[in-house]
Amino acid sequence: MISIEHVSRRFGDGPDAVVALDDVSIEVPRGSIFGVVGQSGAGKSTLLRTVNALERPDSGRVVVDGVEVTALEGKALLQARHQIGMVFQHFNLVGNRTVAQNVEFALEATGAPKKDRRPKALEMLDLVGLAHRADDRPGQLSGGQRQRVGIARALASGPDVLLSDEATSALDPETTRSILELIQRLSRELGLTVLLITHEMDVVKRICDAAALMETGRVIEQGSLDDLIRTPGSRVAAELFPVGEAHYIPHHRIIDVTYTGLSADRPVIAQLARDFGLDVSILGAALETIGGHQAGRTRLAVPGDASVALKVIDSLTAQGVTAWEVLA
Amino acid sequence: MIDPAAPTFWPQLMQVLLEGTWETVYMTAIAMAITFVVGLPLGIILVGTEQGRFLEAPFGSRALGRVVNGLLGFIVNLGRSVPFIVLMIALIPVTRWLLGSFIGTGPAIVPLTLVAIPFFVRVVEIAVREVDPGLFEAAESLGASRWLLVRRVLLPQATPAILLGTATTITSIINFSAMVGVVGGGGLGNVALTYGMQRYSWIHIVFVVIILFALVQLIQWALTALAKRLGAQPIRRGPKKDATADAQAHLDADLALPSSRTPTHPSGSTP
Ligand SMILES: Nc1ncnc2c1ncn2[C@@H]1O[C@H](COP(=O)(O)OP(=O)(O)O)[C@@H](O)[C@H]1O
Ligand SMILES: [Mg+2]
Repeated sequence: MISIEHVSRRFGDGPDAVVALDDVSIEVPRGSIFGVVGQSGAGKSTLLRTVNALERPDSGRVVVDGVEVTALEGKALLQARHQIGMVFQHFNLVGNRTVAQNVEFALEATGAPKKDRRPKALEMLDLVGLAHRADDRPGQLSGGQRQRVGIARALASGPDVLLSDEATSALDPETTRSILELIQRLSRELGLTVLLITHEMDVVKRICDAAALMETGRVIEQGSLDDLIRTPGSRVAAELFPVGEAHYIPHHRIIDVTYTGLSADRPVIAQLARDFGLDVSILGAALETIGGHQAGRTRLAVPGDASVALKVIDSLTAQGVTAWEVLA
Repeated sequence: MIDPAAPTFWPQLMQVLLEGTWETVYMTAIAMAITFVVGLPLGIILVGTEQGRFLEAPFGSRALGRVVNGLLGFIVNLGRSVPFIVLMIALIPVTRWLLGSFIGTGPAIVPLTLVAIPFFVRVVEIAVREVDPGLFEAAESLGASRWLLVRRVLLPQATPAILLGTATTITSIINFSAMVGVVGGGGLGNVALTYGMQRYSWIHIVFVVIILFALVQLIQWALTALAKRLGAQPIRRGPKKDATADAQAHLDADLALPSSRTPTHPSGSTP
């Protein structure tokens, strides 16, 4: 489990100071995948780097699997880092050393005996499907393959936590998908707790259990994806379901209907028309697979006043979907 | 004047050139070896102790890091700004104290080394600076010690650039070694001085220039080829040797070169 508690960090002083983190608290349960999204400069990388103490917060603390990382120094810190793997956007592999040597380096860092390193490195490479490229240089591999090596290296010391800083941002969509699948599979097989940062909503949608949105050093919203998509006004949810802007329509009320799992298959809107005899129009709709489940959002324009909207929302809620009125 | 028509001229010329070349090679090799051993760690420390780098707080002390960085930077800049001839003269007492004499090829190595170290520190500094900071970040994230980081990340990545810089350093040592003839330092510079300047033998000068040119070319070519081999991302497929270990071996060979040759020839002979 990763527990980030009231962490703040500023760079520089005086009027030029940048508040990279402003009282950030995030909790990632053991074995889950947590995504932090936000624009460039929001403080995502700084946050992630506090977890393995590459960055020291000015205040607040970070606890990883019961160990207060923010309090560690010297050897104890090095040892804690063996329990926290990290992968990077640009892979950060040593170009003058072979793929296997790059992975072996992680083992050497833990003080593993020399004779054990290569077998273990090959085992890790096998785990990511690259054992046959062990003696190649990173430069001979594709981007996706390099990131696989990065993952093998990060996991070689057997950590319980994986940090990922935009691991797929330099990759094409198809490769991104395969890397995400790999991270998800390894997370399940090894019981890894994953904290990843990304600016791509697609990453969150595909593998995250929970997410946080950051802006100028602050967490704007966070929660499990299931909760977020049921939260009125959630910006994460709005990004996940691109149903467009809500525009004012005279004598109409605008209602967002969000359905997950089984309810996605039910014809709730047809039902609505039947029950109330309303001429409901659909302004936008998005159907997504989120965390392996079907989920969708439909934006409706319902003729009538506030009381009609309320009745419609009650009826929808009774059918097991989430609905709320959107103010244009 | 020397008479080129004399029967002893060419054998004597050969003898003098051979001796001069040997002395130049000997002085340069020893000076470079010491420079390498001293300059490499200094260069790494100079960059490493910068703020935000892996040695910014040696022994847990940021203040120490700042002091070391400032001091090193100052010494290197000072060393680089003193003209060689001034350095050489200023060093006479030091050299005499160190070696009991300031005349001859052996003592000449002292100023040569001292002029080369700041130069080489700068070479290492540039090479280390060019290593992708992401690699340091990755090594740190793996909980690698600083020593491991230097050995497995910094050196393998910086070696090609350091080799190229070594070629440049050797070239300038050879350059400066021509000047130590002034203090009886021997070498090709001394040949040019004694025969060329004092006895007006342009033939000696021409040969000295040719030999120096060949030496510099040879070193430049060899080290460039080596750097290329180590630095270029290979395009070949299939199993291959460990180029990093190679780099290490070659560096080691570099260091061993002068010491393995030293005892076979008497030094300090001046014609
Ligand atoms: N080492 C640093 N020195 C100064 N400013 C920094 C440093 N690291 C990050 N920042 C600043 O902190 C802010 C957050 O950066 P970062 O965490 O990298 O954002 P993100 O990863 O979301 O793009 C940015 O304004 C950035 O310029
Ligand atoms: Mg970032």
